Amino acid sequence: MMKKSFERRSLSALLVVLSTLTLTLSGCSSKKAEDSGTVANEQTESASQEDGSQAEDAQAQSSTEDLSKIVVGIPQDIDSMDPHMATSAGSREVLFNVFEGLVKPDSDGNLLPAVASDYTISDDGKVYTFTLRDGVKFHDGSEVTAEDVKYSIERNAGTDGTDPLISAFSNIESVEIADEKTIVMTLKESNTEFLAYMTVAIIPASNTDTEGNPIGTGPYKFVSRSPQENIVLESFDDYWGEKAYIKDVTLKIEANSDSVVMDLEGGSIDMYARVTSNQVSQLSDNFAVYEGTMNLVQALYLNNNVEPFNNELVRQALCYAIDPQTIMDFVSDGKGVEIGSSMFPSFGKYFDASLNDTYNQDIDKAKELLAEAGYPNGFDFTITVPSNYTQHVDTAQVLVEEFKEIGVNATIQEVEWNSWLSDVYTNREFESTVIGVDASTLTAYALLSRFRSDASNNFINFNNADYDAAFDAAVSATDDAEKVEKYKECEKILSESAANVYIQDLPEFVVLNKKFTGYTFYPLYAQDFAKIKPAQ
Amino acid sequence: MRYIMKKVLSMALTLFVVSICVFFAFSLIPGDPVTRMFGTQATPELIEQYRQKMGLNDPLIVRYFRWFTSFIQGDFGTSYDYKVPVAGMIAEKIPITLTLAIMSFVMMVIISIPIGIYTAKHENGIADHILTVINQIIMAIPPFFSGIIMTFIFGIVFKLFKPGGFVSYTKDFWGFIEYLILPAVAIALPKAAMATKLLRGSVIDEAAKDYTRTAYSRGNTTNGVLYLHVLKNAMIPVITFMGMALADMVAGSIVIEQVFGIPGISRILLTSINNRDYPVVETIIMGIATMVLVINLLVDIIYRIIDPRIEVED
Repeated sequence: MMKKSFERRSLSALLVVLSTLTLTLSGCSSKKAEDSGTVANEQTESASQEDGSQAEDAQAQSSTEDLSKIVVGIPQDIDSMDPHMATSAGSREVLFNVFEGLVKPDSDGNLLPAVASDYTISDDGKVYTFTLRDGVKFHDGSEVTAEDVKYSIERNAGTDGTDPLISAFSNIESVEIADEKTIVMTLKESNTEFLAYMTVAIIPASNTDTEGNPIGTGPYKFVSRSPQENIVLESFDDYWGEKAYIKDVTLKIEANSDSVVMDLEGGSIDMYARVTSNQVSQLSDNFAVYEGTMNLVQALYLNNNVEPFNNELVRQALCYAIDPQTIMDFVSDGKGVEIGSSMFPSFGKYFDASLNDTYNQDIDKAKELLAEAGYPNGFDFTITVPSNYTQHVDTAQVLVEEFKEIGVNATIQEVEWNSWLSDVYTNREFESTVIGVDASTLTAYALLSRFRSDASNNFINFNNADYDAAFDAAVSATDDAEKVEKYKECEKILSESAANVYIQDLPEFVVLNKKFTGYTFYPLYAQDFAKIKPAQ
Repeated sequence: MRYIMKKVLSMALTLFVVSICVFFAFSLIPGDPVTRMFGTQATPELIEQYRQKMGLNDPLIVRYFRWFTSFIQGDFGTSYDYKVPVAGMIAEKIPITLTLAIMSFVMMVIISIPIGIYTAKHENGIADHILTVINQIIMAIPPFFSGIIMTFIFGIVFKLFKPGGFVSYTKDFWGFIEYLILPAVAIALPKAAMATKLLRGSVIDEAAKDYTRTAYSRGNTTNGVLYLHVLKNAMIPVITFMGMALADMVAGSIVIEQVFGIPGISRILLTSINNRDYPVVETIIMGIATMVLVINLLVDIIYRIIDPRIEVED
């Protein structure tokens, strides 16, 4: 009996081993097939940018499909449907379609009149006068009134005694209704850039449930929402401007970034922003890949208050130790734009490309500086990285290797996003972190104000009297040329005092099914669905 | 009856302890709903103001009892993240996860019972050997892996399935069921393999016992003995396992919902933990805990029905 069962076992075991082997072998062969497939895809991908003939092929295959609908994959759910409470970049870029401000950015970074048809700014940069556009309607059909505008601005300024939702709005002295079509906003201190903040969403004063029933004036209106599932938008027929081409937009939450390619190929989503270069290489030629930049300042942000980063020489040594191009090669196949200060190229006149060369990789120089600073044998430190941002984690890994060259040992600590926000960003309990800092508005102010020594969001504790002086001069300057010059001086100080180890503005790959066309990049976070149209 | 009363009481106590654990565990991890709310736009003043407004500055114990008193009154609170009542938000998602769990359970039963009996009946036959091997392999494949493989094969190669094409039951019920078939298979397979193995072993064991010989000697046929006598006893360990498996399927759906992009309870649970949405997390965990306890109770009751000799201690 015993013997018999042993025999049975060994027979079964043999079969197990055999079939496992078969599985492993077939696994290997399919891996090979995948590799060769990747190469082929890359070729078509590089060719796919300009030609429309392939697009037509794809079109022919799917001509029966309904092109009045598009499903857009988004990596996480919107954090709030209330435009004044939505803070994450992912939320703002989607709400861009539902809400508008008095002015609205275009894809070149100009501010165009939107809810206001016209505006004037007094010469001293203190009094802003807006004229409301005739016939701008909210999604509920009511017309935008001066009261709605006053309400929307004051809600952000915290005039009701609460703290302002947008800290820059604490500069607002008053918002007056001059007549039913004219609004006069007065600032406490002159600021000629303040217009950029007037992109703040105008919402009806009468709406008591902005979260559950968001009403705006944008080209798309809110239809429904299911937590962690989707958000449904529909084009707004009474939109004052150029109407959207596609009627129904569904934003589908793609919680699992690994399934993005399969979902695109399988047809359950038509568009996805910010895929990795690795994912791009897996896509078939039914998809067009639009390449832009993410419009953020990716850097190794150093806590300027902790040892040894309170020493400028140490910070400079780290800057000399790294090569942004190497990082880009590893992280995103060499794509991305090098930056040398807290400014990225989309900002045009404010961007100073010469700062990219403040530090060029020079290992000997870095070691010299370290010795001078009193660390001839290097030191150990921790890089805290939010684990949900693969590109930042990858960057940190390259940095660790580069720092080894100068004898500095960095350890990566991956934390979850909320822990990052709380420990690193809010409580400033960190040594260094890799993150991308974006601009909430199209102003140099938005990027540079955080480095003023007393700024509440100065999470790196940068403290430099020259910087503060240059920054204040830039803000109060009413002459544009002088303003640009002062802001550039700020950038130069950040670069030369090595506030952070600046790396790059990350590349952004947007995938769009070739059934559709017209994806447009903006110099700040915005996904403009109204510009997307059927390919035919 | 007294037994059930006692059991219900101990269930309530367990739930109470679970609720405390969850609540206090949250106080150990960094970040709170307000940091998440303002992200990188946060200022210390704003954080303070909203913490105050949302009552997050109160001592933990005060917050716990505030939550607890409203919870037992049936008020599950409002989601910090979605600003909607938790009850409604979860009610919308329960059918999704429950349907998935039930489908997997049914598949597990349909697959494992016939195969288990068949292999036991034909112990050491060729079919038995082959099935045992397949069983071993399936048992070793985790659901998320088989899930990805199946999505690839049926979705990309054969185009029988639309990856990520989940539709809500409110819009298209049959489309919804259709989408859940593959995820249910992925969850059910390893469980079915285990149940099969267990049933086979159990039937073989029971068949070797004295009462079976007696049953044969009374002139019963093989099938008669098997279905009337052996199976009844052999099912007892299998039912325990299946009860546990049902509870496990809800837990297992955390991974599978992620792999297949199903916006069910588990997805909500996961994101709510990330977003520190306490009311939602508490409610879902309490729900899952209650379910596990109820299943345990049901298993106990079924035991008694199958085999009245089993004395559940009083």
